[in-house]
Amino acid sequence: MAIFCTRETKILIQGITGRDGSFHAKSMLGYGTNIVAGVTPGRGGQTFEGKVPVFDTVKDAVAATGAAASVIFVPPAGAAGAVFEAADAGCKLVVCITEGVPTLDMVKVMPYLAERGVRLVGPNCPGFINPGQSAKLGIMPTNIVAPGPVGLISRSGTLTYEVVDALTRAGLGQTTCLGIGGDPVIGTNFMDALQAFHADPETQALVMIGEIGGDAEERAADFVKANMKIPVVSFIAGRTAPPGKRMGHAGAIVSGGSGTAAEKKKALESAGIPVADRPADVVPLLQQIWKR
Amino acid sequence: MNIHEYQAKDIFRDAGLTVPPGGIATTVEEALSLARGHGLPVMVKSQVLAGGRGKAGGVKFCKTEDDVRTHAGNILGMDIKGHTVRKVLVTPAETIAAEFYLGMLVDRASRRVLLMASAEGGVEIEKVAVEKPEAILKHAIDPRFGLLDHEAMAVALRLDPDVKRARQLADAMQKLYKAFLAADASLAEINPFIFTDQGMGKAIDAKINLDDNALFRHPGYAALRDLDEENPSERLAREADLSFVKLDGNVGCLVNGAGLAMATMDLVQYYGGRPANFLDIGGSSNPDKVVNALRIILGDPNVEVILFNIFGGITRCDDVARGIIAATERMEIKVPIVVRLTGTNEAEARELLAKTDLVGAATMDEAVQKALALAGK
Repeated sequence: MAIFCTRETKILIQGITGRDGSFHAKSMLGYGTNIVAGVTPGRGGQTFEGKVPVFDTVKDAVAATGAAASVIFVPPAGAAGAVFEAADAGCKLVVCITEGVPTLDMVKVMPYLAERGVRLVGPNCPGFINPGQSAKLGIMPTNIVAPGPVGLISRSGTLTYEVVDALTRAGLGQTTCLGIGGDPVIGTNFMDALQAFHADPETQALVMIGEIGGDAEERAADFVKANMKIPVVSFIAGRTAPPGKRMGHAGAIVSGGSGTAAEKKKALESAGIPVADRPADVVPLLQQIWKR
Repeated sequence: MNIHEYQAKDIFRDAGLTVPPGGIATTVEEALSLARGHGLPVMVKSQVLAGGRGKAGGVKFCKTEDDVRTHAGNILGMDIKGHTVRKVLVTPAETIAAEFYLGMLVDRASRRVLLMASAEGGVEIEKVAVEKPEAILKHAIDPRFGLLDHEAMAVALRLDPDVKRARQLADAMQKLYKAFLAADASLAEINPFIFTDQGMGKAIDAKINLDDNALFRHPGYAALRDLDEENPSERLAREADLSFVKLDGNVGCLVNGAGLAMATMDLVQYYGGRPANFLDIGGSSNPDKVVNALRIILGDPNVEVILFNIFGGITRCDDVARGIIAATERMEIKVPIVVRLTGTNEAEARELLAKTDLVGAATMDEAVQKALALAGK
């Protein structure tokens, strides 16, 4: 069934008339995603691409269409505000694509979401795609995915596409490909995503793509070891990253000697999760341990 | 963005923390005149964006004017972990009856600002964290209510049972939180927070790292950036809005996406080579951006080959190929260039590249191997 949403989930897009928002909204629509509304303050009453009604506020959009999920393409200064608005309007799933959101804005958002039972994916993420449900909430390329039994969680964007592409070429389709984002404070972390995949009967194997910084991979390793029976393989980017330098993603930094690729690899392997040396080894490694 | 101790102290003062006065000197004479102004004894403290200044001999106690001359003279121009000392902070030396560590950072796991406090002040906190983790008290601050009085006091009393001092510690923690929020910090530390012989609490050192993503709402902080501390190529990259980190190898890497860029560096090393840099060029196929990126990478004389690794995804590969070709035509490039493009319209992209001197590759492994074979030829 995939995680987080189905083909029936009604989705709205905040920032649908912006440069990035409109570009990706078209791609999402083209994939068959159930987009029922767009929101841009001041553009209420317009129609996007001749079929999607645009509203001034998320509240209006939810009242008129029953949308339950929102995808946010709003510039960094207003991104946290957009998340608050979506949660306040009753959206239970919010995907924030925006890159460059101040970290303390996200710290402030979190308890508000927790009180309302809202799941946030991102910010600074490619979102996710559920190929078997024709649902794309974000910016992942649709031509490299295929429906199938493999779940994928990643902190990265293009590196994820690299591995998804390899999976699809090997005939291994996906339930959900999820990019959780590269920021230090994110709504759905590795652990949350693992729990969701664990509860999904259709996901029969899992790929985790991590990177340096923090200890989310280590925590994920513990969860997998304690709970999961399906095969899990991993790749960690950043073995050659020097300490103390932010490698693009705000969260990708080895600080005080912790968060290194070597530590993560060790934790994953001691939990029985093989770690590929190269992105190209991920699929062969999965095929090797997956007894079907 | 990291800032100097004296700059962090200004932010602390604005938040109401007690910080000893101090002045910045770039010459021995300036240091002397500051010392006379404060009255001896003073501390002369190197201002560089590196840890372990004390251990490196960059922080000295000066009892006499001769001491100031000697120590300021030694410290100015000193190299600390690759950073040249260009200025020193001259500040009155305090008597220290007790010292503590107070720090805050954004904690990924709790998604909150985490207060860390320890009675093991004045030493490297990373070391304490490894050797004596129980000596660091932690409290995750609820962003809705901030650091409440009783929460701060509970931590403070565990650091120091003396109520008078505990009250000062708790007050300092709350003001540190205020400074943290006001500055949009990612890290703020007072190490040490001391009590003088008279029982007066003071922050005698200060460290703040600022959240780059929040700099847009602090226009004044642009002036805090120390251009001398920045590697010239990293400065160019920042100005060109490219995410770049210089390394010491010979394979220049241009990649779209941070994760893929790291994975590309790792792959260069996997095949026995050494990456010259990390560079995320983003999703753009704009030739100007490619030109900027190439300039920055070619500014490094160690670079012997350039490796483009682009996973097209939504970006069209033929667009990217045109951008790369246009960029390379606009500048003189003496090193070979290997280009790996995969994704939408990759066949068209490969056709375009076939008409040039650029070396094409279908996979990232092939591209890295080709680049290593060409390096140094």
